[in-house]
Amino acid sequence: MSVTMPPQEPVDEDVETKPDTRSRAAKAKEKLTSPWATLAAIIIAVFWTVPTVALFMSSLIPGDRYRTDAWWTVMADGDLTFENFTTVLFDSFGDNSTAPPLLEYVFNSIVVTVPSVVLPVVLGLMAAYAFAWIPFRGSSFLFVLIFALQVVPLQLALIPLLRILGPENLGIAGEFPGVWIAHTIFALPLSVFLLHNFVSHIPREVLEAARVDGASHTQMFFRIIIPLSLPAVASLAIFQFLWVWNDLLVSAVFGSANTYPLTYPISNLAGDYGQYAYLVPPAAFISMIIPLIVFFSLQRYFVRGLLAGSTKG
Amino acid sequence: MTSTGVPAVTPMPMDGLDAQFWSAQGQNLLLGAIAIIAFLAIVALIMYGADLIKGGARDKVQLVVLVTPVLGLLAVGLIYPALDTTWLSFNEITNEPDPDTGIFTTTMSFVGLDNYRFAFSDPTTLRTILNTFVWMILVPLMSTGIGLAYAVFIDRAKGEKVLKSLVFMPMAISLVGASVIWGNIMYDYNQVGEQTGMLNALRALVGLDPYNFLVDDPWNTFWLIVILVWIQTGFAMVILSAAIKGVPVEQNEAASLDGANAWQRFWSITIPSIRSTIVVVLTTITIMALKVYDIVRTVTQGRNNTDIVANKMYVLSFVEGREALGAALAVILFVFVIPIVIYNVRSLNKVRETH
Repeated sequence: MSVTMPPQEPVDEDVETKPDTRSRAAKAKEKLTSPWATLAAIIIAVFWTVPTVALFMSSLIPGDRYRTDAWWTVMADGDLTFENFTTVLFDSFGDNSTAPPLLEYVFNSIVVTVPSVVLPVVLGLMAAYAFAWIPFRGSSFLFVLIFALQVVPLQLALIPLLRILGPENLGIAGEFPGVWIAHTIFALPLSVFLLHNFVSHIPREVLEAARVDGASHTQMFFRIIIPLSLPAVASLAIFQFLWVWNDLLVSAVFGSANTYPLTYPISNLAGDYGQYAYLVPPAAFISMIIPLIVFFSLQRYFVRGLLAGSTKG
Repeated sequence: MTSTGVPAVTPMPMDGLDAQFWSAQGQNLLLGAIAIIAFLAIVALIMYGADLIKGGARDKVQLVVLVTPVLGLLAVGLIYPALDTTWLSFNEITNEPDPDTGIFTTTMSFVGLDNYRFAFSDPTTLRTILNTFVWMILVPLMSTGIGLAYAVFIDRAKGEKVLKSLVFMPMAISLVGASVIWGNIMYDYNQVGEQTGMLNALRALVGLDPYNFLVDDPWNTFWLIVILVWIQTGFAMVILSAAIKGVPVEQNEAASLDGANAWQRFWSITIPSIRSTIVVVLTTITIMALKVYDIVRTVTQGRNNTDIVANKMYVLSFVEGREALGAALAVILFVFVIPIVIYNVRSLNKVRETH
């Protein structure tokens, strides 16, 4: 049951199958690799990659040909250009030529994302340790409650939370701190649950030995829990990074023109088929570069995180 | 290159990047850095401060320090707002001038189920709810079906890791990015001239008329659903692939000796062994499909009967100022997931009991 699949279980894709099991396995499965299955796999692989390539090619079409010519036609004419990327990044991105450049939103995305990853991971690890190893009254009830909160649609919290963060109360809606806090709150249930799964599998002897030596919870947290949970922290951090970087809803509700990340102007301009439509593909491609780098370089950790907490809603 | 009317080249490159731009960005980055450092410093200070306490109270205080931030934030930021939204959905907000003073005042009055009655009787809103239901059914089934098929087809194939990465990659792409890829590139439709959309170009290649994917109701909802399926299939595939590799080889071997073919073994051994994982994948994607508003907002903005509850809720609450109706839609979304919440809590309790 992968709801509680322990993260350290060696079930991810990189598992080395022993040579003799491999050949036995090959024998046991023989005909599943029929030509039809291969064909279906190829079709799926093509449909899952070509669209992204097409986006990249479309972002190279000069503005005056974007509406009328497909990228392959423009390519055949040798007219593809990287100019759109510099235009979008450094000049302006929007439905008029005075709109701010996309670079501003790149910075906003960074400023929104990094604290929104650090805060829930640290707070989540603290609570995960308490729920896993410190017996107290109501512990199991609270843990189940947090677990259940994972699937509550965040739409249910938006209006009142905006009021709490808004001008009548805290006055930080529309500014970075407001966006960080909203992201942190929405990330906590998954963070606690996923880290709890990992922390609770730390061998009991390790913690008991420290306890016998008179270590306090604070000392255990810094000396044992943090160093031993780094793999789980890495998984969660990547997961949360992609989540926040790619988010639109939280930023749209709790942010403002000063804080909007990349997704916001792109989403706005995507439905606008006017003369600036040609700026959308390069902007969308730029917004994907950092998550794709993170994803491909840290895929192992990401997969591990998915396997450990596959109930994220 | 520089022909009619389209400003492909702005006369003054990097116009926007003046000193003011850099100082604003610098300030923001600094703010972020300071926030992180201050946060970590405060956490460390409080934790070590709680360590200075002597005697029996120490453990209790430290426990409070560990759990309070999470419990407090969730109580104030998630549980209270959820209850408040639910209450709001049974009310009506009116903003009218006071008969005596003429000052505009906002009043909230209890109207019972009126908002829900409206949601289920107004044709546009009802269609929105039905569309959400279609998303909730089709996205998990299609993603899981395709993901499972792909996982099985490439299991132990040469280059399996690369083949997996290809299908998994959209997980890193934002829903907005995916919406641009499909809405602006794949589904693009031109009434006349060359078809610039990939799919319509393919249709033209085999002699079919161009098809307006995003306008043809009710199929346009299906084409939007494809976008989320494209994102979620990788998730299903990776989780299911790990589960398939956990199925003991011996079982397959034994069945093979008994003369079962690959198809029979798949249905009688693989599927039953990974059933619980399939359920987890289905429920996870169902919840995801309910909440997603990015795709509809980016591609159609709900036009041509493609709206879904998550988008409608946003528009009602934050654009049109009809918060009570928006709240009712949010509650309807929650009602859709309640069975999943109950199921998940039950299975969690089962696992915890066995530990």
